[in-house]
Amino acid sequence: MSDLGRPITIGIIFLFVGVIYAYKLFTIQVLDSTYQAEAEKNIVQKEILYPYRGNIYDRHGELLVQNQPAFDILVVPKEVKRIDTLSFCKHFNISKEEFDSKMLKARQYSMVRPSVFKKMIPIREFAVFQDFLVNYPGFSIQPRIIRDYPDATLANALGYIGEIDKRRLARDTTNVYRQGDYIGISGLEEIYEEELRGRTGVKYNLVNVRGIDKGSFKGGAYDTSAVAGKNLMTTIDRQLQAYGERLMKGKRGAIVAIEPATGEILAISSNPTYDPNLLTGREFGTNYRQLSMDTTKPIFNRPVMALYPPGSIFKVVQSLIALEEGVIGPSTRFPCNRNQVNCHAHPNPANLHNAIKYSCNPYFYSTFRKIVNQNLHENTFIDTRIGMEKWLDYVRSFGLGEPLGIDLPNEKGGQIPGLGLYDRIYGENRWKFSTIYSLSIGQGEILVSPLQMANMAAAIANRGYYIRPHLVKKIGDESLDYMNSIDRHEIPIQEKYFDMVVEGMKDAIQGTAMRAYIPDIEICGKTGTAENPHGEDHSVFMAFAPKDDPKIAIAVYVENAGWGGRAAASTASLMIEKYLKGEVNRKWLEEFVLKGDFIY
Amino acid sequence: MDQRSVWYNVDWISILLFLVFVIAGWLNVYAAVYDDQAHYSIFDLSQNSGKQLLWILSSFLIIAILFLLDYRFYNNLSIPVYVTVMLLLVFVLIFGREVAGSKSWFEIGSFRLQPAEFAKFATALMIAKYFDIAKPKNIHSIKTLVSLGAIIGLPVILIFLQGDTGTAMVFGAFVLVLYREGLSPLILLFILLSGIVFVLTLFIDQVYLLSAIIILSLIVFGIIRRNVVNLSLLVGTAAYCLVLSAGVDFIINDLFKPHQQNRIKALIDPGADPLGYGWNVTQSKIAIGSGGFSGKGFLQGTQTKFDFVPEQSTDFVFCTIGEEHGYLGSLALIVLFMLFLMRIIYVAERQKSRLVRVYGYGVASIFFFHFGVNIGMTIGLFPVVGIPLPFFSYGGSALWAFTLLLFVFIKMDAHRKQILDR
Ligand SMILES: [Zn+2]
Repeated sequence: MSDLGRPITIGIIFLFVGVIYAYKLFTIQVLDSTYQAEAEKNIVQKEILYPYRGNIYDRHGELLVQNQPAFDILVVPKEVKRIDTLSFCKHFNISKEEFDSKMLKARQYSMVRPSVFKKMIPIREFAVFQDFLVNYPGFSIQPRIIRDYPDATLANALGYIGEIDKRRLARDTTNVYRQGDYIGISGLEEIYEEELRGRTGVKYNLVNVRGIDKGSFKGGAYDTSAVAGKNLMTTIDRQLQAYGERLMKGKRGAIVAIEPATGEILAISSNPTYDPNLLTGREFGTNYRQLSMDTTKPIFNRPVMALYPPGSIFKVVQSLIALEEGVIGPSTRFPCNRNQVNCHAHPNPANLHNAIKYSCNPYFYSTFRKIVNQNLHENTFIDTRIGMEKWLDYVRSFGLGEPLGIDLPNEKGGQIPGLGLYDRIYGENRWKFSTIYSLSIGQGEILVSPLQMANMAAAIANRGYYIRPHLVKKIGDESLDYMNSIDRHEIPIQEKYFDMVVEGMKDAIQGTAMRAYIPDIEICGKTGTAENPHGEDHSVFMAFAPKDDPKIAIAVYVENAGWGGRAAASTASLMIEKYLKGEVNRKWLEEFVLKGDFIY
Repeated sequence: MDQRSVWYNVDWISILLFLVFVIAGWLNVYAAVYDDQAHYSIFDLSQNSGKQLLWILSSFLIIAILFLLDYRFYNNLSIPVYVTVMLLLVFVLIFGREVAGSKSWFEIGSFRLQPAEFAKFATALMIAKYFDIAKPKNIHSIKTLVSLGAIIGLPVILIFLQGDTGTAMVFGAFVLVLYREGLSPLILLFILLSGIVFVLTLFIDQVYLLSAIIILSLIVFGIIRRNVVNLSLLVGTAAYCLVLSAGVDFIINDLFKPHQQNRIKALIDPGADPLGYGWNVTQSKIAIGSGGFSGKGFLQGTQTKFDFVPEQSTDFVFCTIGEEHGYLGSLALIVLFMLFLMRIIYVAERQKSRLVRVYGYGVASIFFFHFGVNIGMTIGLFPVVGIPLPFFSYGGSALWAFTLLLFVFIKMDAHRKQILDR
């Protein structure tokens, strides 16, 4: 052992390798923590348990929206053995290119984890190729649900659900949603999304490299079960709704029917409409694109979004304000002076009752003038200003000019021209009654939604108040309370004045809306015709019935249908008959309405 | 033969380390494929752990037999053993069974044996025997180099022909033995240099590397004394480096098989294809790395059990240690192996007999190579070469061969006072 140099060199070589390995292990085991996450990613597979979305019922507990089973087809690329792509594509009704691109996407995600190959296959279609599926290892199914509408009605009010988009997902700070989740996008589905959606469950499974289940991760400590969404009971009368949509077929417009005592919406129809089943499942994208490009605007929710001049139905409101202000009495007469505004033949001069009955335009010209010019100031401009301020307070108390707060998205408030509007147009103190007189008959700068018209009818039916109109009365087992001081709105006009006006409305059926007459139901209504510079006038009718203890208040708006006494009044009358009697006996009237076709 | 002195002289430290290794290895084999849902006993003979226990117990039998045989036996039988094993290597090429692309197994019933494992032992013994008989004064003489080259080269070629590149590479470790016995350090440096140039070529653009070699040569030229020997060494080295670096692409692309190319690629950047050629290295590092400082605990690992790591009982058995016992476990294993290797060198150096010493270095070199390559590949420092981690990897042939290799040395050492250098 003379020379220890070489043994020591060899020992150093050994130790050198040992030290390098100890250092390298230190870096990957102690310094670098990413491997822990990678390891978890390897073995933990998240299984999403989709909850059952709440059903939606009508006021009698009949189904409006339910869930239908649908299926996602999942693929685990590694397990896909040499398959006959051609026959596969034929069975699953996809092109070779689609197959290739979907497989590529799945492969890029993971060879051993399932990814969605085909989405939302409805059960009818699924049943066909369920048998083929066993021949293709690597393909499996995941149950999903799609919405189903047995009546195919109420499309715009119910809304639709769809896959959550990226922006919405980014906004979701509560982390409720995952990519691929469905979310209420419009209508009740949107407003009651939180109640309907339920809670998605998650199950963390341990899997080995081949995706075989190896039990639950950490004993299921992070698992959550799916909680079904709550059912909604709406205020809608399913049969009335369907009937309304039938009557409006081929027309453009809206129907809103309200139970006056409760504010419950019995029917809310937007026409043209669409089959809500079109916006479910896989074909959502294609169908939605088609609907949104349709020039008849089927996805425009007219009852709450379309704004029209109210026309003559507004005369009822003018009467009430004038009575309360004491500027007219029941026996006040004004001559039918057609130099002021146009009118038609009727007994002249009319008192208030007949003015409503025959819808005398000059009468309300004079009435409105008495409201706004009460000679409280010598300057006529300032006097008008004072009068208008009073008038505006009354008008707003009917729920006009602002959204009523119905449980539907995008409700428009309409337009009641305030002082500011006229100041802007004409300059301060540069406008007076002669500038604004067309308001007297519901024309000019005033715009209201069909919902607001129906609500007006409800307020008159109630003789002085309305309950905020709404569509949902029960969430799960919990009834919603609208009988409170916030949702009940009082109108500062005495009941006796309402009674006077109601009498006029009752007789108006004989005066201007003969077709609305129902032999054994006392119906009170008011026709309207809103001038339309672009074509036939719009036809509008507002009514409630029975006169005493009203059960239904309704507004019908039919665009381009001409004089209000025809299309709109007939439709409203049929709706009232249908609701109060359960069936319609006046088949001739039904025929007339169904035949009317005013879309062009 | 004095029995008392054998027990007195036997190297208990090596034996203790051996016992620690096989028992830890056995537990680890059980953990590597432990299935929480199946509840197999560690003794279950249908499982790897049960079989490994049988291999361990039978290796004790081998040890007993080794100790009963006369120590002179190994000296006298070195040549017959070597010849026999070489013949087995030839036979296996003809009659062997092909497993996973390499034809290196004998199969007798359910019993399988891999002669290549024993070739390491036989060759180590044969090298020792050569030094014992030929007593070469100058290892660099043509005759000596040719003889040693033949002794080592023959099994290398035969094993290479079987398709077991990994085991063939192990024989390269004998260069350390030759170095100990007088081989010029320039050879070691030459190998080191080749390795460095090879690795650099993989990572650095060829143009930069070639310019770097030339600039470095010019700097060295400016520093050294310019005599004939130095200049020819410099020119030779520079030329070699240039040729090698220029030739690496050719070597990889044209001489290596596709799966070997992939192993090299995986070493450079496993992330480039984590599901393909990078899978083994990526998953192996994830398993080890996820163990953290103190590990997930015995039987609590997931990556190996769930088969993310390939060959988790054999070549990648270290992953289970890293995953379940963390850095503490890995470090303990490295430290114990270092102690083990140092002990073998120490014991080899205390021999009077050159035969035993040379053999001892053979033993150390083989263990070192296996340890270095096996762990190196699991942590991404070495290409994936399928050779077992001694005493830890599941498998009878390997365990028996390593036991034989070690205990013949321990037996010889126990008689070191009786064995005199002839
Ligand atoms: Zn008139």
